[in-house]
Amino acid sequence: MTQNDIARLAAERPDFAAIAAWIPKGASVLDLGCGDGSLLRYLNETRAVRGYGVEINDLDIVSCIANGVNVIQNDLESGLSDFEDGSFDFVILSQTLQATRHTEALIREMLRVGREGIVSFPNFGYWKNRLNVLRGNMPVSSELPYQWFDTPNVHLCTLRDFETFCRDHQVTVLERRVMSGEREVLLLPNLLGSTAAYRFQRGL
Amino acid sequence: MNASNSIGIVSAKRAQFDTPLVFHSGAVLPRYELVYETYGKLNADKSNAILICHALSGHHHVAGHYADEPGNTGWWDNMVGPGKPINTNKFFVIGLNNLGGCHGSTGPSSLNPETGQPYGASFPVITVEDWVESQARLADLLGIRQFAAVIGGSLGGMQALQWSLSFPDRVRHVLAIASAPHLTAQNIAFNDVARSAILTDPDFYGGDFYRHNVVPTRGLRLARMLGHITYLSDDAMADKFGRELRDGKFNYSYGIEFEIESYLRYQGDKFAAYFDANTYLLMTKALDYFDPAHDFGGDLNRAFARAKADFLVVSFTTDWRFSPERAREIVRPLLHNRRNVSYAEITSTHGHDSFLMEQPHYFDVVRAYLDNVSRERVS
Repeated sequence: MTQNDIARLAAERPDFAAIAAWIPKGASVLDLGCGDGSLLRYLNETRAVRGYGVEINDLDIVSCIANGVNVIQNDLESGLSDFEDGSFDFVILSQTLQATRHTEALIREMLRVGREGIVSFPNFGYWKNRLNVLRGNMPVSSELPYQWFDTPNVHLCTLRDFETFCRDHQVTVLERRVMSGEREVLLLPNLLGSTAAYRFQRGL
Repeated sequence: MNASNSIGIVSAKRAQFDTPLVFHSGAVLPRYELVYETYGKLNADKSNAILICHALSGHHHVAGHYADEPGNTGWWDNMVGPGKPINTNKFFVIGLNNLGGCHGSTGPSSLNPETGQPYGASFPVITVEDWVESQARLADLLGIRQFAAVIGGSLGGMQALQWSLSFPDRVRHVLAIASAPHLTAQNIAFNDVARSAILTDPDFYGGDFYRHNVVPTRGLRLARMLGHITYLSDDAMADKFGRELRDGKFNYSYGIEFEIESYLRYQGDKFAAYFDANTYLLMTKALDYFDPAHDFGGDLNRAFARAKADFLVVSFTTDWRFSPERAREIVRPLLHNRRNVSYAEITSTHGHDSFLMEQPHYFDVVRAYLDNVSRERVS
């Protein structure tokens, strides 16, 4: 991966840089729903992590292997039984949370396998999304690029929803980074942020 | 794939070993021969060699064809060749017939130089570890200190795994396809029925049938028929044969009526005509004994602690002889030991035989993996 590739990825996926900033050099990382392995490659290059991805899609498996990323073909929804308790420093679910069915069980599994969990997801409370709904339509945007009838996103939430979820499930949020495009959002994040990343651990 | 990217004409070579080989069982073979074929060119630093380990009925003729037998194509010709997933433009690929085999390497049907008679029942029971030891000696002979990859399907996958344990420094990548870390009771049971068919054939003569000028054809045939059932999936059999009747009606007899019966008997006869009964017994025993965790109190995590290779593990959805669950038993100890490992579960209808078939996703996975191996800088 060249410096250009890294810069391009950072621009396309602002959450990558946010996630990388939380990960110390040489950490062990499990990336759930790792797609073509871009995040793991980015973390390999920028953080020298020891990483594995989990992915179900055939084409993505080939891409991961071609990208030199360790990948295990498996369905996240059937759990992480191949992975031992506490075997990773970080378990990441990047832009996948909203598409999981057994979300509660998966977060539990993340914190069984990893010391800490990291999720990033589109904020359904973002003002443009609210405006869309107010106008009477489901939002379609770069963060939510699907129509209501073909979306894989079955569990969309707002920042406040996710934080309530954490409180109710004995999960402590350690850090949060809210973004609008590549810009960090500090004011009224649940309204002005289009995506968010959270770092969290077990216990309150 | 078309014939134009075949490796073309190949020929078998023969290597003679005069250093006694001590088997895991304690038996000693004072001298032996291995037949092998090679494809592609060994590079200057001898870092681009790939060893292909064969399964139960395989041999050294992996790819290409012989000048005098243009129809005799290697058993993995779809996978191995110029521009193919195991790319002979980049790698120096070795196929051999395992010790104990019946395709030219020293085995039960070979003449024992000490007696002038075939070894027969006196040929030692062999293990996967013994094979790997003999393969390492072939590598020594060819000047290969370290393989870029050792690759095998089924029983061949077990040998590839064993390479990472017997010689951790001599293999950079292991590709274990349609394989398992050991057989289950059900697998052993199938093998035992197959062996019983051979052992109880009156023409077997305790393994020394050669001197009676007979072959335990009935036993071998039954063993192969049973094996064949387990290599196919229920769906594949249903698709291919269903309940098709040869004569289109019931004959109320014990002759061949259903197409599946015809197919199995044909496969059985074909196999019994060329395969050695003692080799079949040896191969199935090697399968049964393979268990890297055996010396570690059943703990595969500890068994794989000494492995240094990177791994690609591949399974097929309809393979019930070596199911995806079994392949994941290989993956888990590798994760535990923090090895680089990728695992692909190929959707396929062909059962255990899938590993021999050309299927796009399967071939793409192997190609992508080995392309990276070919680009590695070796220190």
